[in-house]
Amino acid sequence: MFRFFLRRVALTLPTFVALMFVTFVAVRLVPGDPIEARTGERGIAPERLAQLRHELGLDQPVWRQFLDYANGIVHGDFGVSIVTKTPVLQEFAVLFPATLELAFCALIFAVVLGIPAGVLAAVKRGSVFDHAVMTVALTGYSMPIFWWGLLLIMFMSEYLGLTPVSGRMDLINYYFEPVTGFMLIDSILSGQEGAFGAAAAHLVLPSIVLGTIPLAVIARMTRSSMLEVLGEDYVRTARAKGLSPLRVVGLHALRNALIPVVTVIGLQTGTLLAGAVLTETIFAWPGVGKWLIESIARRDYPALQGGIMLISGIVIVVNLIVDLTYVAINPRIRHGG
Amino acid sequence: MADDQALALSPAVPPVEGVPAEASPLRAFWSAFSENRGAVLGLAVVVFIALLALFAPFVAPHSPIEQFRQHVQQPPVWAGGTWAFPFGTDAVGRDVLSRLIYGARISLGIGLSVMLVSVVVGIVLGLASAFLRGIVEVVVMRVMDLVVAIPSLVLAILVVAVLGPSLLNTIVAVTVVYLPRYVRLVRAAALAELSKEYVIAAQVAGVGRLRLMFVTVLPNCLAPLIVQAALGISDAILEAAALGFLGLGAQPPTPEWGAMLADSREFIRAAPWIVTLPGLAILVTVVAINLMGDGLRDALDPKLRRS
Repeated sequence: MFRFFLRRVALTLPTFVALMFVTFVAVRLVPGDPIEARTGERGIAPERLAQLRHELGLDQPVWRQFLDYANGIVHGDFGVSIVTKTPVLQEFAVLFPATLELAFCALIFAVVLGIPAGVLAAVKRGSVFDHAVMTVALTGYSMPIFWWGLLLIMFMSEYLGLTPVSGRMDLINYYFEPVTGFMLIDSILSGQEGAFGAAAAHLVLPSIVLGTIPLAVIARMTRSSMLEVLGEDYVRTARAKGLSPLRVVGLHALRNALIPVVTVIGLQTGTLLAGAVLTETIFAWPGVGKWLIESIARRDYPALQGGIMLISGIVIVVNLIVDLTYVAINPRIRHGG
Repeated sequence: MADDQALALSPAVPPVEGVPAEASPLRAFWSAFSENRGAVLGLAVVVFIALLALFAPFVAPHSPIEQFRQHVQQPPVWAGGTWAFPFGTDAVGRDVLSRLIYGARISLGIGLSVMLVSVVVGIVLGLASAFLRGIVEVVVMRVMDLVVAIPSLVLAILVVAVLGPSLLNTIVAVTVVYLPRYVRLVRAAALAELSKEYVIAAQVAGVGRLRLMFVTVLPNCLAPLIVQAALGISDAILEAAALGFLGLGAQPPTPEWGAMLADSREFIRAAPWIVTLPGLAILVTVVAINLMGDGLRDALDPKLRRS
């Protein structure tokens, strides 16, 4: 078991090296010169140019530059933003809690609605409810979430006036220093009346938008996994023993049906982080997704490079953890491969 | 007609009297496919949109980029507009209906291009890693693992940042993102076929490697590939629209659906139809293709049939 885990972990190392290589090469292929990006287009004295090139390590051979880059990453140095002159890792650390909070709430929304909907659809297979769930799931799965966000803003915020249009917090009425970086927690810690409500109100629409595709995936997966389990012998035995339907479904079937669902939930990390780029752009949510898009607009390539490296690194690590957990709870996989 | 084709394709088999002719594969497929009402509906909508796209210059009432300056932000006909602009006009007076129709060309064009390139490259890389094994397989599959590890839209953004935003680069970026699915699928299907007896028989008979790859094995890997290709079109359309929405796809004044949505953001209050219609076009197209794809899967690949 331990050796298997080690092997799995070791297998992700080449992926990390390749990821470093790709971000390194990509940023060197980008049109435009990093020196020019810093000095403007007026041009500078040749001695100053040579000095700058030396400072940035651009006078080194390319393989040397890559080793320096990789070495930096291993030691937590993801470069320095051209625009703000702060280390990329530092910027990322400030913005990431906002994305994490949003992604977490989106996932809660998807799980809390998706699993019961999937279970009920499977139990009442072929009913109107089943068809409704499957239709909603198909629509959710096919949804251009950037449009879905605009529609919700149009209806909930502009027309009904229920939720704020954008941002994380009502900054005119409330102000407090970030402690954890999570607005829901910080607003409680601040002790200001109504702050938590304001923070929660800002989270509602973005969470729904970001949670829509995971919701569809989870509902579909729960339904099909549940249908499979309900056909198993042990479920029939439980029924034959005279257990109440609620006990059969809730206790015997659901527990086994949820194993693949939990895996699918874990694998939504990539979907959530990719979706965060769109959701944060629509709702002006100050997270890493919006920051990534702004880095492109500002031609801040170190930020883009470091940001992609960090986001992908997180996805790789989370997927690895999901993989290992799945193996730990389901020994059949281990022996298969 | 399907029968004629089947007969024409198998002239070597003489009809045996007294044995009922086997249904042609095409007819068998259609009867399985048409069992699924959703799939037929999806197919009908896809055909309708494809026809609109194909005959856009004849169907669209106006040019997609002509600006009618005296008719700026005119509402659609059901909200008090005129029949001259049935779906209203946008912020610079372009006819929304015409832009949507031409937009179908772009979205379906992107979807089909991505799918075709992915299928061809996926077949080549997938078969190569299944047949050659060794270093080829390791390199190809590790690269695919890497592509999968990066969140789809983030990778597409990286590709576009390097190549610059344009329609063609959108296709490249989305293809890169979705390629691993095709490569992995072809490789897995080919590996499964390779251990079967007909392949061994062909090898013993001295069939060359290329012929073995493309003529003997490939046709038996096609069913899941066709399903993946159909569903891949809708993913590509969504991804391309997202890039367009972020300003990293088709550039103005191209009537791309995602870019149209991005242009419309500031008019949420003043002209909601400019926001509503392009998104609806994306949603309807993607739902229709997914419905069709689910039907294809049920008909072609009973193993994958959703319970």
